[in-house]
Amino acid sequence: MTEHAITMRAVNKYYGAFHALVDIDLTVERGERVVICGPSGSGKSTLIRTINQLEAIQSGQIVVDGIALSGGDNVAKVRQEVGMVFQSFNLFPHMTVLENCMLAPMKSRKIPRAEAKATARQYLDRVKIPEQADKYPAQLSGGQQQRVAIARALCMKPRIMLFDEPTSALDPEMVKEVLDTMIDLAREGMTMLCVTHEMEFARAVADRVIFMDKGVIVEENPPEAFFGNPQNERLQNFLGQIA
Amino acid sequence: MIREFSSVDLIFIAMAIRWTLILSVIAFIGGAVGGLALALSRTAHSRALRWLSMSFIQVFQGTPLLMQLFLVYFGLAVLGLPIDPLVAAAVALTLHASAFLGEIWRGAIQAVPQGQSEAATALALSYRDRMRHVVLPQAMRVATAPTVGFLVQLIKGTSLASIIGFTELTRAGQIVNNATFQPFLVFGTVAVLYFILCWPLSLLARRMEARMRLAVTR
Ligand SMILES: Nc1ncnc2c1ncn2[C@@H]1O[C@H](COP(=O)(O)OP(=O)(O)O)[C@@H](O)[C@H]1O
Ligand SMILES: [Mg+2]
Repeated sequence: MTEHAITMRAVNKYYGAFHALVDIDLTVERGERVVICGPSGSGKSTLIRTINQLEAIQSGQIVVDGIALSGGDNVAKVRQEVGMVFQSFNLFPHMTVLENCMLAPMKSRKIPRAEAKATARQYLDRVKIPEQADKYPAQLSGGQQQRVAIARALCMKPRIMLFDEPTSALDPEMVKEVLDTMIDLAREGMTMLCVTHEMEFARAVADRVIFMDKGVIVEENPPEAFFGNPQNERLQNFLGQIA
Repeated sequence: MIREFSSVDLIFIAMAIRWTLILSVIAFIGGAVGGLALALSRTAHSRALRWLSMSFIQVFQGTPLLMQLFLVYFGLAVLGLPIDPLVAAAVALTLHASAFLGEIWRGAIQAVPQGQSEAATALALSYRDRMRHVVLPQAMRVATAPTVGFLVQLIKGTSLASIIGFTELTRAGQIVNNATFQPFLVFGTVAVLYFILCWPLSLLARRMEARMRLAVTR
């Protein structure tokens, strides 16, 4: 199949009168790892949240995994194929780690409990916290919680993973364990769209880095060119600030 | 003819508690169903649903329960639907409880962080599953104490049904008082009985509130 993982064509998004995404054109290939960076308020979160329709768009077209995001039925299908990891983890505090991982497969994919449990254990193993399965999220460190959140998303067996600043809320010493988990995932060939300012991560795994400013995709290039030879002045300033 | 307050009167009054309880239970169950519907409507996407539920809540919170009782009881009679005082009281109290529980539970639903519902949505959970497994269980922890607190108000509120002639606890007191003319003794007894019903619930609500506060600060 030649179809792309994600296609966005002339996408515009407004919050009231505020133009948050301006004529976004973006194509992500299967297996591609794309990193998005840019100043705060530039529309990075908004962009990735339109892909699973946490935010509705006002014009343009989004096709995810060959499914056009329009009718209600399609949205549900797209969400099954797209996992998302948030800055603030958003684990369900009233459920154990294992239950967090089992809920969506059982309810959305209608997977039998025993199978959902086995899958959950398998992914908790992969994010290297099998021993925390019966704890509640509040009993875990930030880094562990975020790894659970990644496992929870993976339990739905998505074909695409979205990350919205997954390490920004973490203490510095916990950033690495989460990045390592994401790097593993990238090496296994997952299609990934990551909003992050972790430039080491971008250099290590990104096929392409995108710079956004004021709702516009200003520049996109493979990491060598992106970091080595930035064209746009705003990107040069931005890289100067975070370096 | 005036007679002495006797054990027969006491039994008569105590027996009337069951009607106070029946009325409270009906109104609470009806109010729970209506309140959930209102709370979900108040937090829904649809502007029409939000507006309708808000109007309902404001009307029923902004008018005296007694007027609602009169409207149901006398209003329906005028429309050619004479109804039993128990039914009228149950309907009016259910509407009243729906409005108040709806508002309490709306607040509890909105106290659950937005990210919870977003994470559930991103996991492809339907609205129903999102509410049932993610949002409502967390809202319930916030809502339990004020809900029990409202139940106390509701039990006391059933005394208004005496005015349309329904013989619950308060009206039983009135009947006995009319015969014995010993208001301090009679209504004192009635008041003690209400207190016995309500006090444990008030205590429970306060204890739950304290536990909630502890859980929040932890
Ligand atoms: N729900 C919202 N309502 C109104 N404005 C919003 C909302 N969400 C985001 N915005 C605005 O849209 C812009 C882009 O936000 P966001 O996508 O979160 O930026 P980033 O993730 O790049 O920091 C910001 O100016 C923000 O204030
Ligand atoms: Mg953001």
